[in-house]
Amino acid sequence: MGKLIAATGNQAVAQAMRQIDPHVVAAYPITPQTDVVEEFAAFVADGVVATEFVPVESEHSSMSTVIGASAAGVRAMTATSSQGLALMWEMLYIAAGLRLPIVMPVANRALSAPINIHGDQSDTMGARDSGWIQLYCKNQQEAYDTLIQAIRIAEHDSVRLPVMVCYDGFIVSHSLAGMELLEDDQVKAFIGKHKALHPLLDTKNPVTYGPLALFDYYFEFRRQLVEGMARAANVIEEVAEEYARLSGRYYGRYEKYNMDDAEIGVLVLGSAASTAEVVVDELRAQGVKAGLLRLRSFRPFPKAELARELSHLKALCVLDRADSPGALGGPVGVEVRSALLESAKRPAVINGIFGLGGRDTTVDLITTVYHRLMKIVDTGTVDEPLFYLGVRGGNNNGRELEAAIPQARATR
Amino acid sequence: MKAKQKAAPPAATKALAPQEKPGWTDIPIGAVVVEAGNGVNYQTGDWRSERPVVDVDKCIHCLFCWVFCPDNAVVLHNEKFKSINYYHCKGCGICSAECPVKVITMVEEAKAQSNANDSGAADGDGNLSPKAVGKGG
Repeated sequence: MGKLIAATGNQAVAQAMRQIDPHVVAAYPITPQTDVVEEFAAFVADGVVATEFVPVESEHSSMSTVIGASAAGVRAMTATSSQGLALMWEMLYIAAGLRLPIVMPVANRALSAPINIHGDQSDTMGARDSGWIQLYCKNQQEAYDTLIQAIRIAEHDSVRLPVMVCYDGFIVSHSLAGMELLEDDQVKAFIGKHKALHPLLDTKNPVTYGPLALFDYYFEFRRQLVEGMARAANVIEEVAEEYARLSGRYYGRYEKYNMDDAEIGVLVLGSAASTAEVVVDELRAQGVKAGLLRLRSFRPFPKAELARELSHLKALCVLDRADSPGALGGPVGVEVRSALLESAKRPAVINGIFGLGGRDTTVDLITTVYHRLMKIVDTGTVDEPLFYLGVRGGNNNGRELEAAIPQARATR
Repeated sequence: MKAKQKAAPPAATKALAPQEKPGWTDIPIGAVVVEAGNGVNYQTGDWRSERPVVDVDKCIHCLFCWVFCPDNAVVLHNEKFKSINYYHCKGCGICSAECPVKVITMVEEAKAQSNANDSGAADGDGNLSPKAVGKGG
């Protein structure tokens, strides 16, 4: 049994970083990630960790610095949010393309404009094609646990890819929850010693990082990256099982809640799943066969597994805390639809964009989503394949809330 | 000036045809180059739109071209100009511009190839055969 503490998501992440004790951390503070860097800088100042902490002038530089450190042959980490992630953009692709096992917690936050500091997943969803593994966490405990596992996943011989550990800004990053820390030596033993591949500072075996690869080789290196990502699927599961033996907490690529006999279901990433669990419980008490699937690993995307887990539903709503203007829906919605396309039997699928800019996503609001699904099952028709949950104006002026509140309240 | 201070360009291997190049399962991940000095295998000569053609009979062997060549593509023998390594020469024209006796002429590559009946690719040493040097144009 580890140590029970009360921690915010950021404190939980900073504690994991303390226990990981990376060789190099280069970071720039940005809300809502700030406390991660602040707390970790205090660990450095207090001599609690042996990390070389590099304060930099921007996120472009923080990612560049950890790329250099990782290529040099050490364990390197940073952390960011929102505009910071956006400023790292070109370096994200370089970290992945060079196959550097950098681990980066990201406290998810909306992207400007208009400027907003609160939680949505627009920032990391935009980076979905960068070649980074992306794991989305539900709460403080999971952010801590996932960060530790991410080291093993990133550095695995068959993967060697950077990992983003995503957790919702403010909802998880700033709210306090009871959680368990592993012992320092348990973490140390679990992550093991960093093993560098082609370290740049090994002067006896000189190598070149970042050479020009034109039409004759670039394509081959991108194909390799896809393979590393595909292999990560099994590695995530293996590491999760090993971590479960250590901690008693298991996190695979996705998590099911009352899903196996469900007729209607919601798929969502991140903290909104905790709220949806409450809704599922309420609906189950009313005899509604409602289920929930929380996707943790968006990259790699567990296509076959999701097709298997979702195909028995009559109706499914994918909730996206990010939008892709002009696309067929949110990034998760589009991808889940594609994953189901090859299933002989598949549910009617609708896609709801929710919680942008940290808009509170309540039990009542999610209840309306299940009501939409119940209506689809009853009528056999889908009126609105893509909708904006709880947005004001247009023909949607508070519709969900008005519909939801009396019904949801009546059940409690 | 001691020509020995600057090593002759290493011999290039024959350029691989696209289908002969290694596949994605056979190369180090992350585009890391794990062997030193393999830039010599990279045929940059096919970037050339003009090639330097040297009138060797009038060459005073001052070796300015050898000093200035950014691609190490001027080949010497016994501290004298021998040939241009067309496997690596990108045709930048610096040698021609710097030559004090103006005996290096830049010739349109297509014309040079048809005149010299030579593709500009390397022989075993990565060099054109001496008879090709100075020909064409």
